[in-house]
Amino acid sequence: MADTKVIMPQMGESIFEGTITKWLKKTGDHVERDEPLFEISTDKVDSEIPAPASGTVKEILVKEGQTVQINTVVAVIGDGAAKPAEAPAAPAAKPEVKTGPAESKPGVAAGPTDAAPAAKEQARPEPAVHLGERGEQRSSPLVRRIARENNISLNTLAGRGTGINGRITKRDILSFIEQGAPAPASAPAPAAAAPAAPKPAAPAPMTFTGDVERVPMTNMRKSIAEHMVHSRHTSAHVTTFFEVDVTNLLKIREKLKPEFERSGVKLTVTPFFVQAAVTAIKKFPIINSSVDGDAIVYKRAINVGIAVNVESGLIVPVVKHAEEKNLLGIARAINDLGERARTKKLTPDDVRDGTFTITNPGQYGGLIGTPIINQPQVAIMGMGGIKKRAAVIDDAIAIRSMIILSLSFDHRVIDGAAADQFMADVQQQLENWAV
Amino acid sequence: MALTTYVEAIKQGIWEEMESDERVFVLGEDVGIYGGAFKVTAGMLEKFGELRVIDTPISESAIVGAAIGAALMGMRPVAEMQFADFISCAFDQITNFAAKCRYRWGAGVPIVVRGPSGGGVHGGPFHSQNPEMYFVHTPGLKVVCPSTAYDAKGLIKAAIRDPDPVIYFEHKFLYRRIKEELPTEDYIVPIGKAAIRRKGTDISVITYGAMVYTALDAAKELEKEGIELEVLDLRSLLPFDKEAVLDSVKRTNKVILLHEDTEIGGFAGELAAVISEEAFEYLDGPIRRITAPNTPVPYSPPLEEFFLPKVADVMRVARELNAY
Repeated sequence: MADTKVIMPQMGESIFEGTITKWLKKTGDHVERDEPLFEISTDKVDSEIPAPASGTVKEILVKEGQTVQINTVVAVIGDGAAKPAEAPAAPAAKPEVKTGPAESKPGVAAGPTDAAPAAKEQARPEPAVHLGERGEQRSSPLVRRIARENNISLNTLAGRGTGINGRITKRDILSFIEQGAPAPASAPAPAAAAPAAPKPAAPAPMTFTGDVERVPMTNMRKSIAEHMVHSRHTSAHVTTFFEVDVTNLLKIREKLKPEFERSGVKLTVTPFFVQAAVTAIKKFPIINSSVDGDAIVYKRAINVGIAVNVESGLIVPVVKHAEEKNLLGIARAINDLGERARTKKLTPDDVRDGTFTITNPGQYGGLIGTPIINQPQVAIMGMGGIKKRAAVIDDAIAIRSMIILSLSFDHRVIDGAAADQFMADVQQQLENWAV
Repeated sequence: MALTTYVEAIKQGIWEEMESDERVFVLGEDVGIYGGAFKVTAGMLEKFGELRVIDTPISESAIVGAAIGAALMGMRPVAEMQFADFISCAFDQITNFAAKCRYRWGAGVPIVVRGPSGGGVHGGPFHSQNPEMYFVHTPGLKVVCPSTAYDAKGLIKAAIRDPDPVIYFEHKFLYRRIKEELPTEDYIVPIGKAAIRRKGTDISVITYGAMVYTALDAAKELEKEGIELEVLDLRSLLPFDKEAVLDSVKRTNKVILLHEDTEIGGFAGELAAVISEEAFEYLDGPIRRITAPNTPVPYSPPLEEFFLPKVADVMRVARELNAY
C-alpha cells in the first residue's frame, strides 16, 4: 500500500480554508484509520479530523496555527510497519473510535458531511450504501439534476428507463414528473436509503453562463447564511400579523424625548416595543423558551435581541435582563448597543444569550416582513413601517399612525392561540400606553 | 433580384470595402491580371489599378510579411493564399508576428489573410485541407469560416474593418454551389457570433463551413423519423460564440460536434471541453464528435468520399444519441 496523503477537508459549503489548531500525533507515531489525527478550526466548525488510513505519520506538512486552503495536503501517512489499512472491521472492534465524519460542535450545521474526503477515498468500497444512495439506475447528468431538483429518487423510476440498457432519459423523468411523481417519502425506500440522515437538498449549481464576478463571502455573511438556513430547517415557522394604532404612542414619545435627552438617551419607538414585548412575555413565558430535545427550556431572564444593520450584514446585539429595566434603561441599552454595533465595538458577550428578538423590516418603508427565528429562540417580532392611514374609530374615519407587527413563532412549542394572545397583549399595551 | 454565389459574395465584400476605404488593397499570387485562381479578384485590377491589386511572387511568407508592413504603415491589406493549405508557408509571419504585435508593442495589425480551404473537390492532400486549428490555437488572431453567401460577404467586410489580424477561411466546395439573394445595402456579420440554421428540440449539431449543409441535409431526413436536429453554425471559431453553444446544448441536452477537419486537436474537442465544464448537468447523453479521420485528405475520389463526414454519419450518430 502506498503512502496516503491527508488533506484539509471541506467542513461545509462556502468554507475554503481551515486552520490546524492541534496535531494529535507526531511524526513517527502510529495511527489507526479513523483515529483522530488533528484538530481544525474553520469559520464555522471546530473539529477533530480522523486519519484516512492506518500507518505511520511520515510527514506533517502544516504547522499548528497555520491556515491552508481546503484540499491542501497537510500530512502523509506511510504504511511503514503498520497493519495494512484494510485490517477488517477496525471501526466495529473499537467502539470508541468515531467512524463517521468528524464531529461538529452542537448548534452549528456542519454542511455536507463529507468531512474527510481523503478518508472516503481510502475507505473500503461499500457498494450497497453508495449505489443505493444514488440509485442503481443508469441515467445522465441532466436526469440526475432534474431528479434532485424535484426531490425524486431515481430508484422510483426503476424499470421505467427507455434509453439504451434501460437508461433513464430526460423524456422518462419529465413524463414521470408530468404524471405526478409520488412524494419521495411514500416511495418504497431501498434498504440502503435508511442510514441517510435527512439533509437539506444540495443547492442548485451555479449555472449562469454570462460574465460574473465571484466574491468570497465574509465570515459574517457565511454565518448569516448558515444561521438562516439552519433555522428554516429547525423550526416550524408560522407568522401572525397584528395592526397597531401607535398615534398616542408617538405623542408620548415626543413628550418624553426632551426628558430622555437630558439623560443622554435618544428615544426611538423601539424601546416601547421592547418593553411591551417583555411585559407580554411575562404573561406568556413560552415565547421566551427553547426546545432542547424532548424538553422545553423556559428562560428566567428576558434578553431581547435587536437586529441592527451594519455595513457587512446584520448583527443582533442583546439587551440583557430587559425585564429588570424601565423604558429609560431599555432605551439606553439599545442606544449603546446600536452605536457599538456600527463602530464594530461589540463584545462576544453582547450578542450572546438572547431569548427573544425584535427586527425592523419596516426600516426602509416596508409594510411588514416574515422574519426568520433566531435559533435557538422560538419567536421573533417584526416591526413594519409606521404610516398614517385612514382608520375607522367608532364608525368615523380618522387619520391614525399605524404599524403592522408580525410574530414568527416556532409551532413546535407555540400554538397559534398563545402567539396571538401574546401579540394581542403587545397591541393592547402599545395602544394604551400609560406614562 | 439575382442570386449571388458564395465566391461572388466574397468578391463583392472586398470590392465594396476597396471603394469605400482607399487603405484597402489586395495582394497575392495571380490576383491581378489573372483575377485569382478562383476569380475572387477578377476585374479588380481594371477597376482599382495596379497599386491596389498586387501580383506577388510565389511566396506566402512574403505576401503576409508585406501585408503586415503595410498594415503597420496604416493600410488595410487583404492577402490571398491561393490555397489555404499553403498558409503554412506564412505561419511564422502570422503566428509570431501579426498575432503578437499588439501584445508586444501595442501596434495592431489589421490584415486579412484569406484563402480557399476544405475538400470535396478531389484536390488531394495539398489542396483540400482545413488548417483553421493552427490559428485558433494562436491568441491574437481571429478566425472565421463562413458557410453562406450572406456571411461570406458580411464576414469579409467585418474582417477588413477589424483592427487585428483575421484569418478568413473560405470553403471552396461552397464557392459556386451556394447562392442566395443579398441585401443591397452595406452590412457586416459580426465576428464571434454564431447562427442557428435550423431550430430543433432533440439534438444540437454544432458545426461550421461546408458541414452546415451536411447537418441540414441530415436534419431533413431525420425529421421524417421524428428526430429534430438543431443546427448551429459557428461562423467564427476565434472567438467563438460560447453563449450560443451553451444555450443550444441547454435546450436540447444532447450534442453532436461536426467538422470536416480531422479529429485530434479539432475544434470539436475544444467545444466538448467547454460543454462538459459549463453545461455538464444539462447533458442527457455523451458528447459525440463527427470529424474526418486522422489522416491527410486522400486524393482518390472513393477514399476522399470515405474521409469526409457525410449525411449518413450524422444520421447514424443522431439515431444512437436519440436512443441513448
